[in-house]
Parts: sequence; structure tokens; C-alpha cells
Amino acid sequence: MGSMVGAAVVRKEDPALLTGRGTYVDDVRLPGTVHMAYVRSYLAHARILSVDTSEAAAMPGVLGVWTNADLEGLPPNRSVPGMERPCLAKDRVHFVGECVAVVVATDRYLAADAAEAVLVEYEELPVMASIAAATAEDAVPIIEGTASNVVLEQVLSATDAEEELAAAPHRLAIHLRNQRCAAVPMEPTVCLSDWQSSGLTIYATTQTPHHMRNEMAQMFGLSQQEVRVVAPDVGGGFGAKASCYPEFILTAELSRRLRRPVKYVETRSENLTSMVHGRAQEHDVEVGFDDEGRLLALRVRITQDCGGWPDATGIGLPTLTSFMSGGCYKIPVIAPSFRSVVTNTTPVGSYRGAGRPEASFMIERVVDHVAAELGLDPLDVRRRNFVQPGEMPFATQFEGIVYDEADFPGALDKVLEHVDYPQLRKEQATRRDDPSASLLGIGFSTFVEMGGFGPTPLFEQFGYVGGWESANVRLNVDGSAVIKVGTSPHGQGHQTAFAQIVADELQIDFDRITLIHGDTATVQEGIGTMGSRGVPVGGSAVMKAAIKVRDKAARIAAHMLEADESDVELVDGEFRVKGAPGKSVGMGEVAVRAFKPHLLPDGFDLGLDETAFHEPQNLSYPSGAHCCVVEVDRDTGKVRIARYVAVDDCGTVINPLMAKGQIHGGVAQGIAQALLEEVSYGPDGQPLAGTLVDYTLPSAVDLPHYETDHLVTRTSFNPLGAKGLGESGATAAPQAVVNAVVDALSHLGVRDVEMPCTPQKVWRVLQQNGS
Amino acid sequence: MSHHKVRITVNGTAGEDEIESRLLLVHYLRDTRGLTGTHVGCDTSNCGACTVMLDGRTVKSCTVLAVAADGADVLTVEGLAGDGRLSPVQEGFRQCHGLQCGYCTPGMVMAATGLLLENEAPDDTEIREGIEGNLCRCTGYDMIVDSVRWAAANGGAGEAASRHVHGGGALTPDEAGPAPSGSQPAPVVTP
Repeated sequence: MGSMVGAAVVRKEDPALLTGRGTYVDDVRLPGTVHMAYVRSYLAHARILSVDTSEAAAMPGVLGVWTNADLEGLPPNRSVPGMERPCLAKDRVHFVGECVAVVVATDRYLAADAAEAVLVEYEELPVMASIAAATAEDAVPIIEGTASNVVLEQVLSATDAEEELAAAPHRLAIHLRNQRCAAVPMEPTVCLSDWQSSGLTIYATTQTPHHMRNEMAQMFGLSQQEVRVVAPDVGGGFGAKASCYPEFILTAELSRRLRRPVKYVETRSENLTSMVHGRAQEHDVEVGFDDEGRLLALRVRITQDCGGWPDATGIGLPTLTSFMSGGCYKIPVIAPSFRSVVTNTTPVGSYRGAGRPEASFMIERVVDHVAAELGLDPLDVRRRNFVQPGEMPFATQFEGIVYDEADFPGALDKVLEHVDYPQLRKEQATRRDDPSASLLGIGFSTFVEMGGFGPTPLFEQFGYVGGWESANVRLNVDGSAVIKVGTSPHGQGHQTAFAQIVADELQIDFDRITLIHGDTATVQEGIGTMGSRGVPVGGSAVMKAAIKVRDKAARIAAHMLEADESDVELVDGEFRVKGAPGKSVGMGEVAVRAFKPHLLPDGFDLGLDETAFHEPQNLSYPSGAHCCVVEVDRDTGKVRIARYVAVDDCGTVINPLMAKGQIHGGVAQGIAQALLEEVSYGPDGQPLAGTLVDYTLPSAVDLPHYETDHLVTRTSFNPLGAKGLGESGATAAPQAVVNAVVDALSHLGVRDVEMPCTPQKVWRVLQQNGS
Repeated sequence: MSHHKVRITVNGTAGEDEIESRLLLVHYLRDTRGLTGTHVGCDTSNCGACTVMLDGRTVKSCTVLAVAADGADVLTVEGLAGDGRLSPVQEGFRQCHGLQCGYCTPGMVMAATGLLLENEAPDDTEIREGIEGNLCRCTGYDMIVDSVRWAAANGGAGEAASRHVHGGGALTPDEAGPAPSGSQPAPVVTP
């Protein structure tokens, strides 16, 4: 029997999704459902003087209108103690889009009408919609009860590296900006709550149903068995659906009050101001290095714009940036520190990569700056600083941050097999001399990031019960299998990938394996899908549960074959006695026997149904090397990606087809951050991109063809040897693109172009540098 | 709010409904007709998740009033697969991993179907331009391009769409449904 792990199997998920038979939250229909609509603040910072709900309450179909004053006793959304966000704004609004009042009506059109009729009187307060404004001398604290808008400051090293920086032969100060982006899953936030006498059921667009169950139970004073959270088909998440939103809490509370199911469907313009944004970091870097480009010391001061209310996960992300600030390089001293600043903007949380892309962008831009300063090839600088394969596992200076098996120089060599680097350099020179030709730029990104989140002590800091994952594998009487897993996929293809793992361990037909996920009533326990943990942590739990089933099946087979258990082996779907190939029983026969007590030893536990937890001993560290070749139009500043080559080392690849999909999707988001996307605000805190008309989500004509390849270095940190892949593309791509853009302009003396490298920005740089 | 009586044929089945004049076609399909395969992804007709075929042309059903479709023939993603088989476009997406979360997929499949009705053998640039009005956040589009190319080489837009365009009228019940279930054998492809 050939191995299913490693086979490019088409997905089990697809037939339903392709024929319109998927079930997303808005597709769930419960009788008697009523619809919720929000009144949201149109001001970025204001005191609420009054809310007049009388006209709205009298409108047809309206069941009620609620303000903060009507929700006394409803606890706020959990976050940093003392900075919890109420479900509806209390006295003040902190950002455009914050919920002020809520309406429930019999249909969504009537609810929207009534929300329009609620009159809110505001008194405007000074708006601080940027880090600069919120930290200016005349800034006032946005969150009541805080002394300053700098709500968290942390230093992550014993030294500030000043001594080493001062002693280095060369020293550079660099300011880098990782702009605010929006996750924009194609399905916005949707939830449907049904509070019955037996408890609360919530259908929600979440990546973390069990975590949400725990939060809801605690908030409403229910026991966990009284709360059921269902995440059916979920239309993308990219980290932003890992946060718990006030919308979820309010549908539950209003369902309790109205004794009817309450549904909320976010519009896209609400989504762009309500769902957490990502990135939003500024870095002040100082780097010390020698004549050969060896990095001697690095100091990184990170400032995170955490938006109008700190998000429980978002506030922890600069820690991850700090931990990863050395990238794949051996730097003797790294001194990271960060501060988180509250501003009059949408809260910032996880977005694909969550803290690591910011680090990777920073260090990969730093390496290119060093090369430019010394007139060296950026690849030589990388090679001189790589942690070598023989040094793995590599303990960074940060406690517990230990890189697993990887081959950083090998990944770079592999990406160079796909591009003729010397030829590209020649072409670049030729084009520079030809004013009618576009400029050519070549950029590299040799990256390492974190995957496979937990372990538990780390994940507890983000508010989760643990960093493990849980799986149950059950063999039915007919030999078919059902997996129940605590990860909650929203596009990753766990039905397919996890069935591939079980098919190998139990040697049963892939088509006879089903996966159940995303329902706290049926799935034993779980943490969820985020932090590239699906395969390394969830998959490892599935593998362990399957092995437990196989071991028990082997005991039954040994009894049937009248052999010693240690002499029984599973080969090609049959248990055989070692050295006696004629005697065998199939897995199907064993499955039947598992339910026949009179044919088993006395007291044998019936059934083949096993649960396993996998606690990762540490994070895994996906890595790789990406190369981007760009053409820059001299007249318009437009950047065209001529080639994009990605070599990824995610360890064991379960399904090459789906792995390719994950890389493509991540790279696409990374390219979009580099060239197109930015959530920006006017000084008055008004979002300048409030719909998809203005927010430049890339379409098929904006993105290139991707060339992908793998380097496989199995991690020893989990039984599958898999490191995770979901976030690698988004982590690697921005700097590959920006390095290429800067490279294209480097002969003009250009050292930096800020993201996103829009035609306007690039054109301006070209003009300023005398092109 | 005024109401109107409309007759709209969806996937070959005629329906007569009393609807509000402001009801959007996408909500008519989802809420009145119970066809939840067509999704809503934005409010500004940018994302195309709601793409359906209206009298032979692809439209974004979030910007069409249902009353404007009175007397029309609508084809949605639920109507593409016939005879228990996926349409070539649907099969192409499956073979080439042209979808991940699946939310944009119904609209993307309809847009690709519309493209292949107009251009039987599009090159990659024409494919990208043909689906430009449909946004996908998961795939980065390259494998969607593969999927459409696969479909072009393996039957094109498919029977249901061709019949819809040529005004072939109602489908027989056998042709119209049910869509293939998830249990059909999954062929193994090598990259």
C-alpha cells in the first residue's frame, strides 16, 4: 500500500463547496430568527452625550434597541485587565466603527432601517489617529483610567547593545514601517446565537470554537457543557477570526433576552473598521557590522499601534517580533524592546504571520542595507551570517526560542537553481544603460518564522487553555473511520490532510475516512487553527490517536491469530504474524471483532475509539528562501513582478497540492502588502479605505505566476516532522518584493522605499533621485 | 415599502413570488428561493462572490434588484452540475486546487463559466482579465488560472451553462439536481 502522506490528493472538501452546498454561518437557518444591526460611531474620538432610540424602536418589525446603559451586568470583552472593551461603547467612542447601539428586527432590511433612525449626539474629542499623535506632548489618554497612550512597554534583553554597537566598525540606523493591513477574509464576521433553556448555541465565523466556548461560558456564568459553539464552513480567517468580537457576545445576550435566535451579518464596510487589522508596527533599528558584512549587534525598538482598544492576542504580537528579530542569522547581541500605543483607530490583532512577518521584513531589509552600505552582494552578506545546518537545533538568546532542524544556506542554494542570478545582474546593468527599458530589480528573502503554536506555557499568555491539540479516531464496525479534531479549518483542507495521515497509520482506504471539526458538542476538546499549527500540532494529535487505535487493533488481531502481540504486524492493511505470512486478518475483520465481547478475552474494552492529545515540546520553525524579480516602469513607477520563486522548508509535506495552495496564498498576501495594501486614516481618524472600492485587495491581474519548490528538513519537534506552512508565504514575500524594488533603483542611490510601493510612491522616489 | 409579484426561473425551475421592491437579487436567491450557494462578500460589487448568470450574462447579484429580474432566467452555482457530475469548470477547480475556503468559489466558478462561453480557449492573460472582477483571498489566483485552463481543455463552460445561454428552457429534474455528494471517489493526481 503506497503512502498517502505526500500524495497530491484532491480535496474531500471540494464537491460540496463547488456546488453551492457548503454551509457557512449565514446559510444556517433556524426558525424564528431575528436580525441584528449596529449603530456605529462615525467619529474617531468623541463623548457620547445622548442616544435617542425612540424613533427606531417604533419602526415596523423592530423588537428592540439597546445601548450600553441597557446592558448593565454584561461583562466586557476579555483583554488586558483594566482595558477591556465594552460590547457597546459606554461614554466614549475610540474609533470610527465602534458599536454604539444595536437594533434587532424581524428582517435584516428592517434592522438596517431602524439602525439609521437611531440618533446619537456626540461631543468631539481630540483625535489621535497615529502613533505620533497619540504619543505627542499634548496627547490625552484615550482609555479612561490610563495615564498614557503607551499602555505596555517591555525590554526583552539584558543589554541595550550600545557597547557592541559603538565598538562595531560600521553602524547604521534604519527606520522601517510595517504598515497596517486588513485581513479581509471573503466571508465577513457572521454569527447566529440561539439561547435555549438547555443552554446557548452559537454558530460563528471563528478559528477557535472551543476557546470561544470557554470565553462565552465564563462571561455568561454558564458551565462549559451549556455552551455549544459551531464553526461550520468558515470563509477564510487569516488570524483575524481568532479574536473574540463583541458581536458574538451581543447576539448571545439578545437571544437570551428575546428568546429567539439572533443573527448578525457584518457588511464589508463594517468589516473593514470592525475586524482587527494586522501589522501596524514601526521599527527603529541600529545595526553594527564589520567590513565583510558580519552582523555584530542589533538593536530594535518596536512601536505597535494597537488601535482603540488592545486586543487580547494583538497586544502579545510584538513579543513574537522581538523573539524573531535575528532571523536566520547568528548575531552575537540582539536588543529588542517594544511599546504598544493606543490610537483612535480599529484594534490591531493577528493577521497571517502575526508578529513574525514584521521581524522577518525588518532583518531582511537590514541585511540588504548592510550590503548596500558596504557595496557587497546581498547574498554574500546573508551567507556570512547564516546559522549553519550543523548548529541546529539553535538556541537563540531568548529563553525557549530554539530553532529546530533547518538548512538556511541550502534553501538559498535551491532558490538559485531556479534563477540565473549572474545573467539577471547582467540584464539589470544593460537595462540601466537603456533609457527606453524598464528597470530590473532582484530581491531575496531568506526567512525563518514560527509555526506549530503552542506549547502551553506560551499559548497561555494569549489567553488559551493550552497549546496542545486533541484528536479522536474511531473505527466503525464496517472498518470505516471517523476523526474528530480540535483544529478548526477555514480553507486549509484538514478533512483531506488528516484523512491522509490516518489512512497511512491504519492502512485503510482514504475514501472511508471522514473528519468532524468545528463543533464543541461533538469534538472532545480543542484549541483551534492559527499560528501554522494545523498539521504540526493537530496532525500530530491525529497521528497519535490513530496509532493508539492501531495498537489496540493489534491486540485484537493477536487474539484472533493466537499469536503474541509483539509478533503481530500491520502490512498492506492486514495484520500478520511475523515470519508466518500465510496467517492474517484484515483491519475490517478486526473492526468487527472489536464489538464482539464473547469472542474477545474476558474484560476486554470494546470498540476501537481512541483520543490523544499532542503537546508540542516547542514551536517549529518553517524557513526558506524566496526570490523576486521586478520590472519598474521609469515613467509611471509601476512595479511588475516578472518572476516569483519560493523555496519553502516546512518539513514533511502531507499533500503537495494543498501545500502549493498555502504558499501561493501567503505569497499573494505578502506581495499585496509590499505593493498595494494599506489601511490608512486621515488626521481626523476617518478611514481612507472603508470599502473594497478603496482598499486595494489584489485581483488576478495584479498578481503573478508563482514558482514553488521544497527543501525538506524534518523537524524532530513533532512525530510528523512537519513545521507548518500557512504563514510562511506572507512572512517571506514582502521583503523579497521590497528588496527587489529597492535593488531596481539602487544605482540612483535609493536605499529604501516604504511599503506599499505604489506607482505614486515609486515615481516620487524616481523623481527625487534624478531618474 | 411597495411589493411586486415576480416570475423568475432559477436553474430551470419557475417561481412566482411577492417581493419587496428593494430586495436584492442575491437575497431573493438566498432567502426567498433558499439557494444559499451564492454568497455576499462586499457591498460595493467589487468582490463578485455573488456572481450568477442572468439571461445568459454574468451579473453581480448584489447590485441587481430582484424586480429587475422579473421574467428572467437565472443560473446559479447549484444549477451547474448535472447528471451527478460536476461541470468542467467545477471539476477543473477540484483537480487544480482552485479553491481553499470556498467562499468566493461559487462566484468565481460562475465568472469562469461566463468567460468560457465567450472565449472557448482563453490564454492565461485572458483568463486573468476574465476573472478580474472576482476576488479571492486564499489562492493568490494562480491555481484558479490552472483550473480555468483545465476546464477549457475538458469541455468548456459545460452543458447547463450552454443551455442557459441558448435559452434551452427548463431542465429535466434529472439534469437539474441533485448535486454530487462529497462521497464520490477522489481521484489521485500527481503534480
